[in-house]
Amino acid sequence: MTLTEERGAKARTVHRLNRPDPAARSRGGQRFLLVGLALASVYSLFPVWWLIVASTKDRTGLYQSNGLWFSGWHLWDNLEQLFTYEDGIFLRWTANSFLYAGVGSLGGTLLALATGYGLARFQFPGRNLVFACVVGSFLIPIALLTLPLYLLFSEIGLVDTPWAMLIPCLINPFSVYLAKVYTEATIPYELLEAARIDGAGELRIFFSIVLRMMTTGGATVFLLAFVNTWNAFFLPLTVLRGEENWTLNLGLYNWSGKRLESGVDLTSLVLTGALLSIVPMAIMMVAMRRYWRTGVTLGALK
Amino acid sequence: MTRSLRWKGAAFTVPFQLGFVFLYLLPIGYAVHQSLYHEQQSGLGLGGATEEFVGLDNYQQGLTDSKFMGSVLRVVLFACVQIPVMLAVSLVLALFLDALTSKAASRFRIVLLVPYMIPGVVAAIVWLNLYSPDVGPLTPIGDFFGFDWNFFAPSMVWPSIGNLLTWHGIGYNMVIIYSALRGVPRELFEAARLDGASELRVALSIKIPFVRGALVLTGMLSIIQMLQIFNEPALFRNVTPQTVDDSFTPIMIIYNQAFNAGNYHYAATLSVLLALILGVASFLFYRLTSREAD
Repeated sequence: MTLTEERGAKARTVHRLNRPDPAARSRGGQRFLLVGLALASVYSLFPVWWLIVASTKDRTGLYQSNGLWFSGWHLWDNLEQLFTYEDGIFLRWTANSFLYAGVGSLGGTLLALATGYGLARFQFPGRNLVFACVVGSFLIPIALLTLPLYLLFSEIGLVDTPWAMLIPCLINPFSVYLAKVYTEATIPYELLEAARIDGAGELRIFFSIVLRMMTTGGATVFLLAFVNTWNAFFLPLTVLRGEENWTLNLGLYNWSGKRLESGVDLTSLVLTGALLSIVPMAIMMVAMRRYWRTGVTLGALK
Repeated sequence: MTRSLRWKGAAFTVPFQLGFVFLYLLPIGYAVHQSLYHEQQSGLGLGGATEEFVGLDNYQQGLTDSKFMGSVLRVVLFACVQIPVMLAVSLVLALFLDALTSKAASRFRIVLLVPYMIPGVVAAIVWLNLYSPDVGPLTPIGDFFGFDWNFFAPSMVWPSIGNLLTWHGIGYNMVIIYSALRGVPRELFEAARLDGASELRVALSIKIPFVRGALVLTGMLSIIQMLQIFNEPALFRNVTPQTVDDSFTPIMIIYNQAFNAGNYHYAATLSVLLALILGVASFLFYRLTSREAD
């Protein structure tokens, strides 16, 4: 590429970046796009808006006022009810969800990083087979794993203990896949060679060089695993029996069925609880926006 | 790479391999094993149960079980409607975003991703209440426009669940299609425009073929999820058990066989069958969609 050509290309790039695509250039065209996207945004947001409004109402307000607008401010009463109902079982569920998602994902991420690093940077016999297992497991339906796992866990006495949730979190093939991709992108062979020549052992290289360089990748893996565990439903439903070990999801599911079962209407509690259970997700997603977006797109490339 | 280094590298993957054997291979093997046996009550059921090898009998029963096959068919039919609708909306929104300035696009993208951040169970709870004739705003809105809609009626349950899934999934699918679209060199579109192609024409003949891969992928992921649908119908069942019965979807049947009927052998058989169906469906979908691209 000659100098002038290069300059021309650069000018074109700058020109292109500052200008919307021609579809939006005509005023009518742009208005059409904006109206379409605004309608989609309303569709996306109004259920959340409704949930926020609903959790500020007392029971009469919930049943009798306009769903899309406030009527009285009872959020604090609802929260108090939520936290005191059945001796504060909701707090217990929240703590459980944090425990399973936090500890489980942390352990799972560490394991996945080690495995991904091993797969990406070492040639050992059976490597391809391990990787084939990782990718193949994406297609295994959850029921095929969960039911026999329940039976195995019940034989060794793990059903209905936190271990039944924590142990499955440790082994996450998708995390391994991501960790392998990130290792390939961030850890050069030369660096490992140099460290070895300096006399560093393999464990030391992993813990003090690789893990440090993989902070971004590790954060993404952790975030996605956390979200997955926080959202899990079938596994906790299967392996947790007593309500003291339940997750938030399981508790809310149970409360939402109570009305039919025993005639107790917990709608107000369910809605306030549902709103609260979104909050940690929202905070994490906003705080780690740049990580999870790469996670979403990478997730699609598997 | 020296021999000892190879083994050191392999050691990094050993904990995962052991876990994989315990949490994946062993359960699958166990399920397959269980599917070949049948629990035989001895005497009047007082003498305890013994396991009896029955070969493929359970599979024969599963394949001719009209409830199970009916639920598979129900979910497949539903997928044939919901997935194309969801992907079409996601595609249109991605094309719209692509035509905006990047600043405006990033704002809309975040807003449209909000539903994706909400846990599936919570999303179902929110929509159940929106649909509810007691507390939801949709019934009065329908009244206002003269519709008398009952979202829990037998003919409405799938559209209601479909709307919930679409709402939940649009953002994720849109982001994937959008990133594929941004990966296409802009010069291609410019060239077509210089040749006098309209925007619609550029979208239809150039942009959409370029995101075909992303569409196939999102379609495949959606099919896998749909065949395993459980959370949403389970929550609907909490509200309207007459319409959403306990054999509404394949996984609901499997769960019931295991935990309500106590028939683990049959539940294991149906899980294996579902895995096979899933494999065949993914394979067929992949073949059908990639043939034209060759």
